[in-house]
Amino acid sequence: MTEIFGVPTQALFGQLLIGLINGSFYALLSLGLAVIFGLLNIINFTHGAQYMLGAFFAYFLLNKAGLGYWWSLAIAPLASGAFGMLIERTMLKQLYKLDHLYGLLLTFGLALIIQGLFRNEYGSSGLPYPIPEELSGARNLGFMFLPNYRAWVIFASLVVCVGTWFVIERTKLGSYLRAATENPALVQAFGINVPRMITLTYGFGVGLAGLAGVMAAPIYQVSPQMGADLIIVVFAVVVIGGMGSIMGSIVTGFALGLVEGLTKVFYPEASNTVIFIIMAIVLMIKPAGLFGTQR
Amino acid sequence: MPEAVRIVDEPIAGAGTVPLLAVSGLNAWYGESHILHGVDFGIAEGEVVTLLGRNGAGKTTTLKSIMGMVERRQGSIRFAGTETIGLPSNRIARSGIAFCPEERGIFASLNVKENLLLPPQVGPGGLSVDQVFELFPNLKERQASQGTKLSGGEQQMLAIGRILRTGARLLLLDEPTEGLAPVIVQQIRRTIERIKAQGFTILLVEQNFRFAATVADRHYVMENGRVVDMIPNAELESNLQKVHDYLGV
Ligand SMILES: Nc1ncnc2c1ncn2[C@@H]1O[C@H](COP(=O)(O)OP(=O)(O)OP(=O)(O)O)[C@@H](O)[C@H]1O
Ligand SMILES: [Mg+2]
Repeated sequence: MTEIFGVPTQALFGQLLIGLINGSFYALLSLGLAVIFGLLNIINFTHGAQYMLGAFFAYFLLNKAGLGYWWSLAIAPLASGAFGMLIERTMLKQLYKLDHLYGLLLTFGLALIIQGLFRNEYGSSGLPYPIPEELSGARNLGFMFLPNYRAWVIFASLVVCVGTWFVIERTKLGSYLRAATENPALVQAFGINVPRMITLTYGFGVGLAGLAGVMAAPIYQVSPQMGADLIIVVFAVVVIGGMGSIMGSIVTGFALGLVEGLTKVFYPEASNTVIFIIMAIVLMIKPAGLFGTQR
Repeated sequence: MPEAVRIVDEPIAGAGTVPLLAVSGLNAWYGESHILHGVDFGIAEGEVVTLLGRNGAGKTTTLKSIMGMVERRQGSIRFAGTETIGLPSNRIARSGIAFCPEERGIFASLNVKENLLLPPQVGPGGLSVDQVFELFPNLKERQASQGTKLSGGEQQMLAIGRILRTGARLLLLDEPTEGLAPVIVQQIRRTIERIKAQGFTILLVEQNFRFAATVADRHYVMENGRVVDMIPNAELESNLQKVHDYLGV
């Protein structure tokens, strides 16, 4: 068997793949957080719960309505987004004139409530969700076996992330978003309905979390706790990448997934803490994050 | 009928026509501070009118109130016969008013072209991008630059250029010549003359009344949140002492 630095290539590539998968979720989730933070100036602590909701939507659609993975992939993000917009219209909206801290407390409280309700109903063990038939199986790449579903997750996440980046940084619609992030009052005085844009943006960010939840269901199982576990790492990713930076959140998400995978190979003891160690170092050297600008 | 709305839809003294914009009894607050205490004035279609006054008199607050950018406001602001006092700023913009702020408001995350194209068209008759570039050739050369990398003068050209595109009939310009070199002030004066000739109506806030005298038809003087005087441009020279007293220069 071939080895690299004394590690069997199969194990190395296996961990790198797991790293990329985790990175796909880090990227999707931190991207949603970045989009929301940019325009709303709110650190959306409900994000993990909204990711979990996406997975549960998929679970319900399958078990209560008989609608499979592909239906969920379309419906669950929309449903999560709609639920997000409801939260924005009824609750977050009241807080924009207050200190950041209020938004943080509200979204954190909401996360606890939503997760508590689901734990009450479904316990804390995971519910199984099958891999869609079209994506079952694996292909032999020569140096490793690549399960088709995992390849799909990496591919889909990349497409969604790059697509979102493109829309925000390169289109007219994105120029409204960027301008409103800087000076919402002036953008509104040019005739743009900024309050509606804020609602839709929050809905979009939450929709991304919902999408990640659906994609995660066949890999990690569906459980009330799934978001809470993941979101702590995602916040570390966001801090490392820089709050509000679109490209930063994507690149950092994938890169840190890989770093985590590599750590598992070469120094497994640190694999759970490596991201937080990097976060501490980045905070000391560049407090605004690798891609962030101070504001 | 309350006293405050007496100006509405009546001919403007010195202009002799029904106003395009009629402000009456306008009060405005920032939080608890009461800034405007019953502002009354009007502008006829096609006029260039200035608001003169010392620092802190409430000129910017008046423009922002017309634009709907001051949250707490009372009184009446009628634009083309329609009451706008209760409308959000995006609706007011869509009705045909555009604002060029004192601090210019160029977006750092947008390049020059994107800044220029940002405000949506709200009516017919706006300038094309080429016409804006013709007025301000500097902008054409620097289209791909980040908006805030432009010089102060170029940023002002961009701030004016982008609202000329919208087709808004009433332009609110807040101190467009502040801090600019004489050459650029001349360029902005020519621009105002040209857009006036095209039928735009302009409300101009100016500290520099020498500049104001070269472009305006009439001048309103503000003091402590009220309009206290109106001077037709033709009478400005003979009222110089009064103007000096008002402005404290
Ligand atoms: N955002 C704000 N919050 C509280 N008070 C404000 C705010 N903006 C302006 N003011 C106050 O309102 C008053 C009028 O300000 P305004 O900007 O309208 O004056 P101005 O006539 O435009 O002055 P300048 O010539 O210096 O631009 C001032 O006393 C100012 O301190
Ligand atoms: Mg001012």
